[in-house]
Amino acid sequence: MSRMRIATIMVKELRQISRDPATLGVLLVVPLFLLLMFGFAISLDVKHIQLAVLDHDTTQYSREFLQSFLHSEYFDLKLVLDRENQIDGLLDEGKVLVAMVIPRGFGRDVANGQRVEIQAIVDGSNGNTAATAIGYVQAVAADYSQRAFVRSLERAGVTGMKTAIDFQPRVLFNPELRSANFLIPGLIVLILMMTAVLSTTLSIVREKERGTMEQISVSPVRPLELIVGKTVPYLFISLVAAATILAASRLLFGVTVRGSWLDLGIVTLIFLFGCLGFGVLLSTLSDSQQVAFLLASLLTLLPTFILSGFVFPFRNMPWIIQAVSYLLPGRYYLAALRAIMVKGVGFPAFGNQVLALLIFAAATGGLSVLRLRRQGE
Amino acid sequence: MSQPMDAGTGSATTAGPAIRAQELTKRFGPFVAVDSVSFEVPAGSIFGLLGANGAGKSTTIRMLCGLLAPTSGTATVAGIDIARNPEGVKRRIGYMSQRFSLYNDLTVEENIRFFGGVYGLSDRELVERQRETVRLAGLEGREKLLARELSGGWKQRLALGCAMLHRPGIVFLDEPTGGTDPISRRLFWDVINELAQAGTTVLVTTHYLDEAEYCNELVLMHAGRIVAQGSPGVLKREVITGSVFEVECSDPVAGMSALRGVPEVRETAIFATRLHVSLDRDQDIETALAALRSAGLSVSGHARIVPSLEDVFIRLIDRNGAATE
Repeated sequence: MSRMRIATIMVKELRQISRDPATLGVLLVVPLFLLLMFGFAISLDVKHIQLAVLDHDTTQYSREFLQSFLHSEYFDLKLVLDRENQIDGLLDEGKVLVAMVIPRGFGRDVANGQRVEIQAIVDGSNGNTAATAIGYVQAVAADYSQRAFVRSLERAGVTGMKTAIDFQPRVLFNPELRSANFLIPGLIVLILMMTAVLSTTLSIVREKERGTMEQISVSPVRPLELIVGKTVPYLFISLVAAATILAASRLLFGVTVRGSWLDLGIVTLIFLFGCLGFGVLLSTLSDSQQVAFLLASLLTLLPTFILSGFVFPFRNMPWIIQAVSYLLPGRYYLAALRAIMVKGVGFPAFGNQVLALLIFAAATGGLSVLRLRRQGE
Repeated sequence: MSQPMDAGTGSATTAGPAIRAQELTKRFGPFVAVDSVSFEVPAGSIFGLLGANGAGKSTTIRMLCGLLAPTSGTATVAGIDIARNPEGVKRRIGYMSQRFSLYNDLTVEENIRFFGGVYGLSDRELVERQRETVRLAGLEGREKLLARELSGGWKQRLALGCAMLHRPGIVFLDEPTGGTDPISRRLFWDVINELAQAGTTVLVTTHYLDEAEYCNELVLMHAGRIVAQGSPGVLKREVITGSVFEVECSDPVAGMSALRGVPEVRETAIFATRLHVSLDRDQDIETALAALRSAGLSVSGHARIVPSLEDVFIRLIDRNGAATE
């Protein structure tokens, strides 16, 4: 290893990057764009469910029941109906997600401790949202029903009555259940994978295309020196991209890093080593920038997006897909990142992830050196 | 066919040949790109490797530079075995290919600095060699231009300068003048001659036969094998034993077929609008001219010429093609 040769390559690489502001801009602007898109447009939260009510009862009880829905930010009362046949049209047009029908005699039956049926009609076209909405409706209704039960017992003379189970879930780490907290670590994984792998692959394949790689091959530059010299500048750019996303997500979405910045830096660095090695490895498989671009996006963006746990949970995947996901470095990095950023836990909690990332980095680094050495034969 | 080296030019050395290839062979699957090639390049000479595209010239050069491992055979460059110590070879050679491998988005100066750094030149050496390289390439005052803004000839000379920054004793040039204009080619060969004068061994591949005339020693390759070897002068004497006449006639193509049956005519070839007719004896030209006239062609002139390398190679390739078919 000659430090001078590595430095020479690094200086050259940085000069070339600075001569090409368009690419540099893309490397830094695309992440911000993705952040805005994912942060604002894609939200997994179900809030402000549009609600329509058909109240056949119109008593103090039915109004009280309705109020218990509107106390939370989960439901917004959009319409008060007066005929049953209005409901279908509203759901068809997507004006409301839930339509609730309170039957005549609701107040009387509740007061008498009788069983009452409430009908909730839900737009099920988005299964996830519908399931969440149904859950909320059930929770609010159960809570109301419990209070009504206790009240009727009290009226019957039974006092000091407590409910059997007082279920009070306490959500750790992300108490407001905001999906930004969950999505932004995934976004960092996706963006880093993209910038690191794509930029290294393209920078090497470009040299192959232009013939400068051959010139370097006849020089005393060793494969490892070339890899280090070419990847370190992109390592810095990737780190800058990561810092940009972190800063922007704090400003725009209030997402903070709960854990240690040092842990975050170390894990990110290990992940990036693996990505850069993977980029070099991919560059040995293609001689044209188009092929390299396709290969890199196909092998990094898509699997990372789908299989790293970014949006889609592992437990819903068929076992074979789950098995494949174990091969993705993004999976481990994302788990470690969520542990650091959202849970704020320290190193032992994500030791296995770090180990997996180290193995990935060693494997891609080693393989790419071997491939570069063997290119001539 | 092996001839004694033309010792007319090039500085003689006591340390043996600069390059020695022995039975060098490269196969790609079933395809034999280079087939048992042996030659020696005397130190300080300009050595030409000639042949059509696909003859195996580039593959041979790439093996000698350590870019490709030979399938079999051995070679030494500057006395170093290419298979055993390719890194040692790389430090002692310069290499430039037809693609003039420069970084288009770097300036003249930055390209020089990069290649200088790669070869481990000190800052002081770099300053001095940069000045020399810029002078050699005729790029004074253009140091801050991007390489992409240079014309082909300048790029070519700059690429050669970059390949020579570390002062290698041996330089490999793979079709260095491909795709440039005749004046640039001429200027480029002036630079090559300057290098050879200074004692550098130059191994150059080309398919321009006029360029082959500048070489001290030539090897002609065809289908992976060496067909002929020697200095241009020796090759002309050895291969073309008779005389060559240039004949101007109304229809060279018809003329060629008219001469096909004449026993005194060894060979005919068309050079632009003229015919080159090879004969064993000068006086046979009358027989050839008579054959043309009796075929109804008008002959407007004829002259005995000194055979060019092109005549030599057409003769050799024809002979070789006939032997292999």
